[in-house]
This record gives sequence, C-alpha cells and structure tokens, in this order.
Amino acid sequence: MAVSPRVLAPEGAFETESETTMAKLTIEHLRKSFGATAAVDDFSLDVDDGELVCLLGPSGSGKSTILRMIGGFEHPTSGTLRIDGQDVTRLPPERRPTGMMFQSHALWSHMNVFNNIAFGLKLRRLARAEIRRKVEEALELVGLAGYGNRQTFQLSGGQQQRVALARSLVLEPKILLLDEPFASLDQHLRERLREEVREIQQRLGITTLFVTHGQDEALAMADRIVVLRNGQCEQVDAPDIVYRQPQTEFVAGFIGSMNFLRATVEGGRFRHGDLSIALDVADGPAVLAIRPEDLGLAPAEGETGATVLRSTDFGSHIMVDLESEGGVRVKAMTSPALRFDKGSRAKLAPTLYGVYRDNRLIASGRLPASPGECKINRSVQTA
Amino acid sequence: MTSRSAPFAIRSSRFDWTGLFFAIVLTIVIAVPLLVVVTWAFTEVWRYPSVIPQQFGLRYWQQTLVRADVWDALWISIRLSATVTLLSAIICLPAAYAFARMKFPGRDIFFLSFLASHAFPKFGLLVAIAAIFLKLDLIATFWGVVLIQLVSTLMLMIWIPVAAFQAVDRRMEEAARDVGASPLRVFWSITLPQAGPTIFAAVLLTFVSTFYETEGAWLIGAPQIRTMPVLMISYINNQIVVQYGAVLSVILWVPSFIALMFARRVVSNGGFAKGFGA
Repeated sequence: MAVSPRVLAPEGAFETESETTMAKLTIEHLRKSFGATAAVDDFSLDVDDGELVCLLGPSGSGKSTILRMIGGFEHPTSGTLRIDGQDVTRLPPERRPTGMMFQSHALWSHMNVFNNIAFGLKLRRLARAEIRRKVEEALELVGLAGYGNRQTFQLSGGQQQRVALARSLVLEPKILLLDEPFASLDQHLRERLREEVREIQQRLGITTLFVTHGQDEALAMADRIVVLRNGQCEQVDAPDIVYRQPQTEFVAGFIGSMNFLRATVEGGRFRHGDLSIALDVADGPAVLAIRPEDLGLAPAEGETGATVLRSTDFGSHIMVDLESEGGVRVKAMTSPALRFDKGSRAKLAPTLYGVYRDNRLIASGRLPASPGECKINRSVQTA
Repeated sequence: MTSRSAPFAIRSSRFDWTGLFFAIVLTIVIAVPLLVVVTWAFTEVWRYPSVIPQQFGLRYWQQTLVRADVWDALWISIRLSATVTLLSAIICLPAAYAFARMKFPGRDIFFLSFLASHAFPKFGLLVAIAAIFLKLDLIATFWGVVLIQLVSTLMLMIWIPVAAFQAVDRRMEEAARDVGASPLRVFWSITLPQAGPTIFAAVLLTFVSTFYETEGAWLIGAPQIRTMPVLMISYINNQIVVQYGAVLSVILWVPSFIALMFARRVVSNGGFAKGFGA
C-alpha cells in the first residue's frame, strides 16, 4: 500500500465519529447481595454526557461491584441500569454499549497488539481495510502508533494499559468503564497515564466511570466524585466540594487529612481544652472536623493549649503534630514564618470547621484568624 | 573471588563434578537398557560371554515385518489410540472446563472420583470391569477395549486440562465478552488458545499412554483384539527369541518418539508445568 491508512484518515476523525456515541447513564436503586450481605445497597446515580465520574471508596465498599454490574459481569439483585434511556439491566456484556478497562489490563497474550485491538472489530464483521484504519487510529490516539506488530509481553506496564484502553475505545463505546486501571503501575507512571486518559476522555467526550481507591486519582481526574462506604453512597459532588464540604464524617476522614475533636455540646458551646466555639446546634455529642491547613496555631502561655510533638519542615509549609486535651492527636499546617519547637505549647485556632453528629454534617463555620496567630492564607477562605 | 560474593562466576569456572556424576548415573540407568534392546534388534547371533554380538543383521526385522499379525496389531493399536484419545477429549475437555469454571453441588467429590480409579490396584478394577463386560458381550471386541482404555485416560484428560483452564485469567475472558464475543466465541478464541499448549500435551500423553496400555487391552481384547504391546508380550512369552521382542520394541518407540518431539516444541513455554498446577 503506497499511502498509509493513517494519512488517509484525517486528523481528528476519531473524535467526530465518537461524538455520536456520547451517552447518559442512569442507575436506579441498584442493589447487589451476596448471601446475607449487601455489597451494593440502593445505589442511584445519573452520569451525564461526556462526564467523568469517579467511584471512590475503601476496599469492600462495593465500587468495583457497581462497575461490574454496569459492564454486565454481575447481575444486580434489583434495580435498573439505563444507557440513553434503554434498559440494559438484563443484557449480557457482549450486547452492552460499554467498554471496560481492567485492573490487570487483561490483554490476550496469544494475540499481538494489532489483533488485541482488532478482535472486537472482527466480531462486528468490518472490512479488513476498515479494521486496519480503526486500529491504527486507536493506536495513535493512545500514543502507540506503529506498535501493532508487537507481542503484548514485549510492552511495558504502561504500554499494556494503553493497548487495553485502545482496545476499549476502538469500538466507540457509549460508556467507558475503568476498574482501577493504574493500580499495578508505579507512582510516576500512574500520574502520567491518568493525565493522558483524562485528556483522551475529554477529547472524545466519552461518558466515563472510573473506580479507584486512590483519592489523588479521583481529585485529579473526576468531574464528580461518588464516595462509597459499605455499598452505600456517602456523597456525590465535584472534587473541590467533596474536599471542602464533606457531608459526612466518613467522607471528611476518608478524603485528605482531617483532625477530629470529640466533645459534648452544652449550652450551645463546643469546648475542647481552652478552645470554645459557639454552635447553633442542639446539645449533645458532636465531632468538630478541621483540615490541617485550616487549623491555625498561636503561642500559648504556661500549661494551656496543646503540646507540640513534632514539627516537620516541608519547605513551603510546616506540618506540626500536636497532642491536645485528652491525648487527642492533631495536625496543623503552618507557614514557615513561625516555628513551634518540640515540647512547646500552642493554642489551637481553627478558621474553618465542620460539625458532625451521627455521621451527618450538622453545622459548619468560619472563625476569624486571631491576632498573633500564624497561618497560611488560602484563597478558598475568602471565596 | 569467593563463592559468597559471586556464585554464578563460580559455577562457570569450576568443573561441576556433582552434575557430571548425576549425568553418568542417569545415562547408565536410562540409556544402557535402551542400547541393549536396540542392539538385540539388529543382532543375529549373540552368545554368552561375548560383550558384543557375534553377528549383526536385519534377518529378524525381515521376519517380523513380513508377519501379517504385526501389521494388524499396529493398525489396531493406532485405531484404538486415536479413537480413545478422541472420545476422551470429547468427554473430558468440556467436563474439565465445567470443573474449572463452574460451581455445582458435588463438584469436589466428582473431581476426586477421577483420581479414585487410579487409587485401586488397576488389575483388580480391570477384572471387575471384565466380569461386567462379559455379560454385555464386550469381551474381545474393539469397543470393549476402547471403553476399558478410556477409563484409564480419564484422570490425565481431566486433571491437566482443569489446571490449564483454571490458569486462564478470568478477566481475559471478561474482556472478550466486553468487546462483543459470545460465551462460545470466548471459549474458542480466548480460553482454548490460552489453555492450548497444556491441553495438547494432555492429548499427546493420552495417545501415547493408550498406545502402550497392555493390561486392559490384554484382559478385555484377547484373543481377537491384539494391540502391539500385547503382541509383543505374546512373542516374548511364547518363543524364547529375544530379537522379536527387541524389534517390536524399536518399532514401538517410533510413535512415542514423534509424540515427545511434538510435546517438546509445544510445551517448551512452560505450559506443561502449568498443567500440573505450577
């Protein structure tokens, strides 16, 4: 062939074809029981066209089970799955317009890269030239142009995952499902690949569901994050909202680093050591949650305040570990301008906090930074 | 240079006496009897106490190869082995897949029962089966021998393929379903090629072991159905002419040698080890 098919296919041909395949996913009251235990319990979610939604949770939270049910590999005990309004709940995987990328890439080792990607196209009985063109486009999309003749074992871990991605994308699925696709890769590669996948996903505008237990991955990639615990949804929001306004104590503790102070609210005041905050909540037990970056420190006199256990300098900021009233450990992120030595006393001065009772957010508030106190000014606090 | 710091350098620089010793012992144990048999096959006169035969020749080859019963036996042996292997594959491979992939009540007991047929002294089992076959008029028939030999292939053809199927990554199969393959297509295009080398080794082993199976073939088949090994035994029993047995032995080596050559090529990628659960 004198002209390579890649030249024949205009730049961006892949994208224009895919625009018609964008789709909406609707999950209604999905439930999956294994014996007596419910792995997924009454889970509902709408995923919009072109949106990337991340299912985030600890292992055993049911996130992979949800993904596998959407892909058709597990049968829901009850509930409905719709893609573009079409009920796919009872369809087998081969008849669903979904493409799944597995944690262990799951490439077929008896086929070369080209045949791995072409297999689905061959099943659809496309013409050979058409298959060749599509496979080469897909390879180019994932940055592996010219790798078609390689055997899968000749590729690195990252390249294998790219081939797996190309294998899913070449069929132009309506929904792309990614099941912890980078878990087996090292940190550096993981970060690079997740940027690439996000970039490709946005370029194709493909509706994507992504399962991970790594919060960095979720925060970096997702349009929206679904935080799961014990098969139930704790919160669904944009990454910054999930981080800054966690709706449950679990989410507060699961994403990022968080200080929890436990006390009983009496007479509308929450007291912890010499810290006293007026709260507009009914009296009773409550948990005060403060991010390290929202916890200011001020030098304290005598035996008041908390004891500094360790102070770690990270250059841009200093992380101070303290032991407060009742042996409670807290972390505070301070600016390098003011140093707290080990063994010295510091007064806790939170600026942003959330109050939780029975796992639910019942109040949140902002306090002015007290004079003489030192903290990092963050744009979010003024926003 | 100490052995502690550079074990690999040591291995190449110093002569491996232990290795040589084992190589020699193995050669003596394996090769010498083979050599003796091959020598006998080409010997016309070999009297004690001479170390090498007094007269070499192809006389006994000629005498053996002109006999019609030899060719009959060879033909029967090939037909038997092919039939048994084919039937065994048809019965056992789907069963092995079921054992490897599906959960059903009594799975483990079923699975172990295949081993059980090998846990008894085989001859006792054969005699019991022969008594049943006698009533069913299967004694001294082709299909009687097929059935009896089928029993002894079951374990090999179930256990090795089960391990082979189990070694196939489930997610590979799921990925194939995901791109649109039906369950049957997945089996054909993914599972079978993945498990292929190991299964081929099992098929080959089944063919060879059936080809050389004697007890069942003799007990059920005699006198009408005489396979090559049975014929060889009768030669050795009836006439004290060592050369007949030796010539037949050499002839019998041919198929197993070809099979082993095949197996080596197919199995070199570790599929065989996988078959045994490695």
